[in-house]
Parts: sequence; structure tokens; C-alpha cells
Amino acid sequence: MSYEAVIGLEIHSELKTNTKIFCGCATTFGAEHNTHVCPVCLGLPGVLPVLNKRVLEFAIKAGLALNCHINGFSKFDRKNYYYPDLPKNWQTSQYDLPICEHGYVDIVKSNGEKKRIRITRIHMEEDAGKLVHSGNTIKDSDTSNVDYNRTGVPLIEIVSEPDMSTPEEARLYMEKVKSILQYIDVSNCKMEEGNLRADLNVSIRPRGTDTLGTRTEMKNINSFKAVEEALTYEIERQEEVVEDGGHVVQETRTWDPERGITLSMRTKENANDYRYMPEPDLVPIITTDEEIEAFRKSLPELPDARQARLENEFGLSSYDAGVITSSRQMAEYFDAVVAAGADAKLAANWIMGDLSKNLNAENMSITDSPVEPERLGQMIGLISKGTISSKIAKKVFEEMWKCPDSPEKIVQDKGLVQITDTKAIEEIVDKVIASSQKIVDDYKGGNKKAIGALVGQVMKQSKGKANPQLVNQLLAQKLG
Amino acid sequence: MKLFEQPSHVLHDMLVNNEITSLELTEAILSRIDEVEGDVKAYLTLTRDEAIAQAKAVDEKIARGEKISFLEGIPGAIKDNICTKGVKTTCASKILQNFVPPYSATVVNKLNAENAVILGKTNLDEFAMGGSTENSAYFPTRNPWNTECVPGGSSGGSAAAVAAGTAVWAIGSDTGGSIRQPASFCGVVGMKPTYGRVSRYGLVAYASSLDQIGPITKDVTDCAHILNIIAGHDDMDSTCVNEAVPDYTKALVEDVKGLKLAIPKEYFVDGMDPDVEKAIRDSIKKLEELGAEVVEISLPNTAHAISTYYLIAPAEAATNLERYDGVSYGERADGVDIVDMMTNTRSQYFGEEVKRRIMIGNYALSAGYYDAYYLKALKVRRLVKEDYDKAFEKVDVIVCPTAPSPAYKIGEKIDNPLEMYLQDVCTVPLNLAGLPGISVPCGFSSKGMPIGMQLIGKPLDEATLIRTAYTYEQSQDFHKSRAALGGK
Repeated sequence: MSYEAVIGLEIHSELKTNTKIFCGCATTFGAEHNTHVCPVCLGLPGVLPVLNKRVLEFAIKAGLALNCHINGFSKFDRKNYYYPDLPKNWQTSQYDLPICEHGYVDIVKSNGEKKRIRITRIHMEEDAGKLVHSGNTIKDSDTSNVDYNRTGVPLIEIVSEPDMSTPEEARLYMEKVKSILQYIDVSNCKMEEGNLRADLNVSIRPRGTDTLGTRTEMKNINSFKAVEEALTYEIERQEEVVEDGGHVVQETRTWDPERGITLSMRTKENANDYRYMPEPDLVPIITTDEEIEAFRKSLPELPDARQARLENEFGLSSYDAGVITSSRQMAEYFDAVVAAGADAKLAANWIMGDLSKNLNAENMSITDSPVEPERLGQMIGLISKGTISSKIAKKVFEEMWKCPDSPEKIVQDKGLVQITDTKAIEEIVDKVIASSQKIVDDYKGGNKKAIGALVGQVMKQSKGKANPQLVNQLLAQKLG
Repeated sequence: MKLFEQPSHVLHDMLVNNEITSLELTEAILSRIDEVEGDVKAYLTLTRDEAIAQAKAVDEKIARGEKISFLEGIPGAIKDNICTKGVKTTCASKILQNFVPPYSATVVNKLNAENAVILGKTNLDEFAMGGSTENSAYFPTRNPWNTECVPGGSSGGSAAAVAAGTAVWAIGSDTGGSIRQPASFCGVVGMKPTYGRVSRYGLVAYASSLDQIGPITKDVTDCAHILNIIAGHDDMDSTCVNEAVPDYTKALVEDVKGLKLAIPKEYFVDGMDPDVEKAIRDSIKKLEELGAEVVEISLPNTAHAISTYYLIAPAEAATNLERYDGVSYGERADGVDIVDMMTNTRSQYFGEEVKRRIMIGNYALSAGYYDAYYLKALKVRRLVKEDYDKAFEKVDVIVCPTAPSPAYKIGEKIDNPLEMYLQDVCTVPLNLAGLPGISVPCGFSSKGMPIGMQLIGKPLDEATLIRTAYTYEQSQDFHKSRAALGGK
């Protein structure tokens, strides 16, 4: 039988506020254990939470950017469960009246097909602390300590409808959400720091049916690769269970990236009853239409709109425009390159080509690129003017990567200016024709492709500086 | 009158007029403690050295000719569920027997800013759960008027200290009557302000939507002065109202003419002690003679208040007390793993009444029961509040008993939680509605135990309560009576 997967994601994203959600402690990652703590986030007896207004602002902005309705009346609730990284043994979260509901994002699959993924809700909550084990895992540790620095770092949880049916769709959805959150600058989305992580819910059903199967959940997946791999594994596992005549058990499973398998963690019978209760220490959150509109106006251009603009304004292909706008930083880099005078299509090619290759090789973000957009723009300008060839440009780019000199200076210092002097080129062309009788004969005998070998020789002798167009032109003339 | 029998406003004047020093006063109260604390047992922790140091500092200030504020140099006590930086705060629970908070409650900061002398921390029912102070994990406090009787609760230590003269004033907390009922049992004045009038920051939560801090004093004048000090908005408490604080001492006027007082018939319950009923009816008559207009009203949902309270308060308590798990502070019991450790810690260090309320609360919040219990309780809570809203369209103050009986014997009701809960019938509805209430002494039972009259006001209208209570107080001498304590 052929099966179809039904996938829904709960994405947790840390908001990039300076201070925690209910107290004034810093949210900085990587500080010494238990240095960013106070009575409030430690949950000492007698303390009370006070909502950080920036958290509300960021959550509303995220909701608007993800096409949600913003609830004018919203409230916090206590989600009760005992765990040592949770000092109060409840998480202050939102239950039945989340700040945002009914949103969506659109994704474009590799086959070009567009798909809309609906968002059920977005709610605000606090992060928990971290257990620090003396051994590698809790099982081989004699002691465990708790680091409360992360306790109270603000999160939004973005819950999707089960609208995805392949691991690729799930990855694309998460990538899109990440991109949007970065665009509106509410989260750093550093997945390696746990800024962005997802719980994956998946079930299978016979293709063409619309009943929902029993789902399993995989928690805290924090890379796009793991999203696809974990779902691929889990879908296959469920198919095998059903094919073997069994039933999928509703449970929480963990993804073991090293072994590439999912493992049962706890079944529904052992699931927590969270005993949700309205948080009596916080007042309901009232947001007026005027406030919502002001937040809407403050949003920057979002990826979809920006992509459309690049396609319309610069004639970029949908694919190129999609890649360039996939991150706000790259899109802004692109704009700056174009502003420096570069041709837009060349700019896109250079950004997606050599620049991305170099950045990836050195695991660098585009904002830290040693080649600033202004210099790249100037360099592309030199190509367009014919001062350098595209081939020479690669050399210039590598030099620019290593030193802060302007492309003009590099071209001058290294003598990389393209030879556009017809006479100078003609001399080389003549020499090459004279010494390559066999190829010339071949060409004249009808193998027009043989001219390529002659061009190559001319370029080689000119140390790559001859204008390739002129070389082609002269060779064709002379060989008549 | 001896120094320890005087209210703060008299002592303040004596300090200002150089008739006494703060050190003399503080030492007088400390020697009163030496004399009677063994009989009353109001305190869990005494901070003698800090008190003496504070008194000396105030005396130096007076000697420099500087002006002093109302409570400056006057010794009082804080209920031990209110955090005091560097001073043990146990909530009368074993689980916090060694807990020293690294911060002070907003109210304590305000009292410190006032340079009040703080004598120590007073006994209570564990985590403020109870009405007799018998649920303290350490020892029961005794009623100064008859040490075989309870002082009421949960602020029994605070009320007993003020009545015994071992504190001039005290701070309590009130979730279902915990300031007013012990004030009534001990013959002192106790006020629960409007919910949100006083910051709860640093008050160890029992039931967050009901808890409120308030003063326990020897008379209404002191009550008005201390409310001036502790009331007001606090950025650390989101539920604290952001309304200007009037000068409550301006309400200390003998005038109830034109005020409309209401007697709610539902508060005169079956089984009410006849001495209590007579004292209240006589007091109402007195207020009428003083010029108030008295009408009878009905608050029909009063009957449901107790059951509503005993769902909402335990539900909030169940979550509020989840933090006592032995992980990062408080006591910790051994266990084979983390779950075992948490379970043993909570089993071993919580008292019976606390466990009972945690269980009731968790039951009410459980999946499948939430709608039938907790959600329904929230709806009834609204009905209780609407009763008051309707009544206050026509009247200014509601008058009723604070408790259905005077103080009872220690041990008399402790084995019958339900009967104990029913004692809260007159006080609990105010907490559900968030309204202010004050208990003022209004007579004595045939056995010589104090009786309190409760006045209930509109939200944030503490001033009218103070005015009514003051006018009544000045018309009789009950507030001047002092517990005999075996002639000590």
C-alpha cells in the first residue's frame, strides 16, 4: 500500500530581547553558570513575574509577519510539570487565549510547486534552565547540576496545522519561518545555540484517505538536516509497523542523529497532565487595534514581497530571487552591491557563487564577509566596463578576500587590466596561428569548434588579460 | 497605661516630644516579650540585635533634631510568610525551616525606609493555610485573652503579639480572613485592603488571586497610618493597582452621618454564637444612633462562597507550592532518583493541611475535572462579586460579624477540617470579590473573649471603612481593653 505522511511542527524560537521575559536578567548565551539569575527567575518564594513589553512586541510582530490574527485579549497560564530545570515546576505559557492565531506561510518545493502551510497559533512562554551532568548523559552521571541562566529567556511557540506531507515540506516550512523571524529581527535563530528548535508530529495514512493516523512526536530537533532525516526515518518506521500488521503507538520519541534512528521516550499513558491554570500573578494582555497597526507599519519588507520585487525590478529568475531573499542579511547585501553600481544579475551570480562558496568554506555569516558589498559592487562594475574579464575577476575577488584594497588598486598592482588594445592582441593571435598549423587546418577543414583551442592559447599567452571577445573576433577574421 | 499597651500614634507623639527614646520603648517591648512570650508564643524568629540597633539609630536622628516619620522607632512584627532579606522566612513550614531570603518584600522595604523597628517574624498556619495557627509546623500560638484558646489565623502570631503587647503593630496577610479573623479573636483591629492596593511582592504565595497584605493594630488610627505606608503601586507586582493613595488619616473623623450601612442577612448564619450576634446587632444600633442609615440587604450567593473558595485557593496553592521540590533551596530529603527525592521531600516536609489542600487543588485542575470544579468555581466567584457590585450601588458599607464565634479552644476543631473551613463564612466572600474589609473590636462574649465587627467597603474605598470604624471605635472603649495574661 502507498502511504502519505501528515506532519505538523511546533517551532520554539528564542526572542532576542536584552532581558528575560519576567525579570531584568540578561539573556546572553554562554555566560558562566547561574550568573544571569535573580529571585524572580529562580522562582524563590514570594516573587512575582512582570511581563517584558518587548516580548509582547516581538510576538505580535512575528504573528503579523506570519499572517496571523492578533488577539486583543490574551492571557498567560501555568503549565504544571515537575522537572529540575524548571524552578517553579510550572512553565508560564499561554493555553486557551494565545496572542496570535490563524496564520500561514507559503513554501516553494524543489519541483516549483507552491504550498500554503497554515499556522494554528503563536504563544509566548518562558524557557527552562539546563541540566549539566557530570558524565556524558544523565544515565552515566553521578551528579547533575542545574544552570538557570536560560530560565526565563523568552520564547514564542509557533504551532502549525498538520499541513505538510513530506520531510522536504517540513524543512522548507521551518526554513521559511526562520527567514521571516530573522527579517523582522525578533530572533537570532541560531540553531546551534538552541535559539530555534522544533517538535515534529507525524503520522501516516493510506494515500488518498483523509483520516488521521496515530501520531508520534520528536522533540527539540535543532537543524534542518535533522528535521528531514528524523521525519524520513520515522515515516518509514511507521510504515513498517503498519505493514507488519501492527499499530503505531502515540508516544514521544527522541531523534538520535548519530545512529540516525528515533527511540521511544514515553508513551501517552505516561504523558503529563499539565493541569493548566490561568496565571493569577499576571494581568490579561490587552492590545488595541491602533497598537497592532503601529506594529504592522513597523515591519520591514518580508521575504515574499522582496523576492517579487527582485524578480520585477531586476529581472532575476524566481530561483535566484528566492535564494537571495532567503535571508534578510543576504538580501540587504545584494541591495548594497547593486547600490554600488553593479549589474543586478551579475551581483546575484557573484553572491550565490564565489561569495557563498568562500563564506561556507570559512563558516562565516554574510554580515562578517571580508569582501564588503561596496567593493564587490565596484568589482562587478569593472567587469561591466570591460576593465577585467570574468575570469580575471575571480583572481581579483580572491585578493579582495585577503586584503582590504579596492578592486581598482588590486587590478593596477597586479597588472590585471584586460588587454583591449587590438594591436597587442593581434600580435599574439598571429603568433598562435603561426605555431598551431594543425589546429588551423582542422578549423579550416570544417571543425569550427577547434577555434576554442586557439582562443585558449591566446588567453594563456596573454596571462588571461586579453579581452576574450576581441580574441574571438580577431581569430575568426584571420582564419576567414 | 504601660508603654507596651500603647498604640503607635501615642508612642510616636511621645518620641517626638522626647518623653521616651526608641531604645527605651524597644527595650520595654523586648522585656514584655521576655515576660509573656512563653505563654503566647507569637514569634518564630526574634531579631533583638537588629531591633536595638535600629532603635539607637532613630534616637540619634531625633537627637540631631531631625523629623521622624510615623512608624520611625516603633517596634512591630512581620508575619513569617513575608520575605525579609537576611532573616529566616519559614512560612511556619519545615520545608523552609532554614530558608533565608536574599531579598525583602516590597512592604518590608517600605517599613525599613520608614525606619520602623522590626522585632521579628510571627507564627502562622503553615503557608497561611488555616484559621487557628494550630497548623504551624512549630507550635500553636495562644490567645492572650485566654491562653487555652486559639488566636485565630492564619496571622495568629501577628494578632496575638499586638494583643499581648509584644508588638506595637504587626503586618499580616489575608487570603480568606487571615487578618480579620485573628484580629477579631484577639480584640485588635485588622484590615484586608482591596486586592492590589498593597504590593504582594515578597509575600510567599498561598492563593495569588486572593492574597493581600494588611496591618494589624491596636486601634483604627494606627491602621490608617500604616495603610498610608504600605499601600501603593509597585512595578514588581503586575496585579498591584496603579491608583493614587489617598491620605487615610484624613478619614479619621467621627462622622457617619449620611452613610448608608447594609446588614446582609446571609451573614447571620445558623449556629452563630448568640454573644456574637448580640454584639454585632448592638454595634449596628450604635452606628445608627451616630447618624448612619441602616438597611437590610441580601447577598444570595454567599452560601456558595466557602465551596468556591476551597476550590480556587487550593488550586492556586497546588501550583504555587510546586516550587518546594528540594532542588535549589529549602529542605531536601534523600531519594534514589530525582522523582523519588522530590516526592520524599514534599511528603516529609509539608504538614497535613498543606498536603490536603495541594491534593484538593490538583484534583480540581486535573484533566476531565477542570470544567466541573475549577472553571465552575471561577463562575461562581463572579456571581459572588456581582452580589456586592449590586449592593454597593445603593449602600456605602456592609456590616456583619467577622467570625461566627469568638476564639475557641486549642484542639477543639483541628480534627474536623470541614467545620474549620465553615468558620471562614463571613470573611472569604470579600477575598473572592477583592474587596476591602476591616475588623474592629465590638464587644466581649460571656466568657470574656473579644468579638469583632467586620465592615466591608467598595473597591479602593478603604477611607470610608476607616471613617466608619473610627467613628464607631471612638464611641466606646473596647479598643482600650487589654488582655490580662494572668496579670502580667
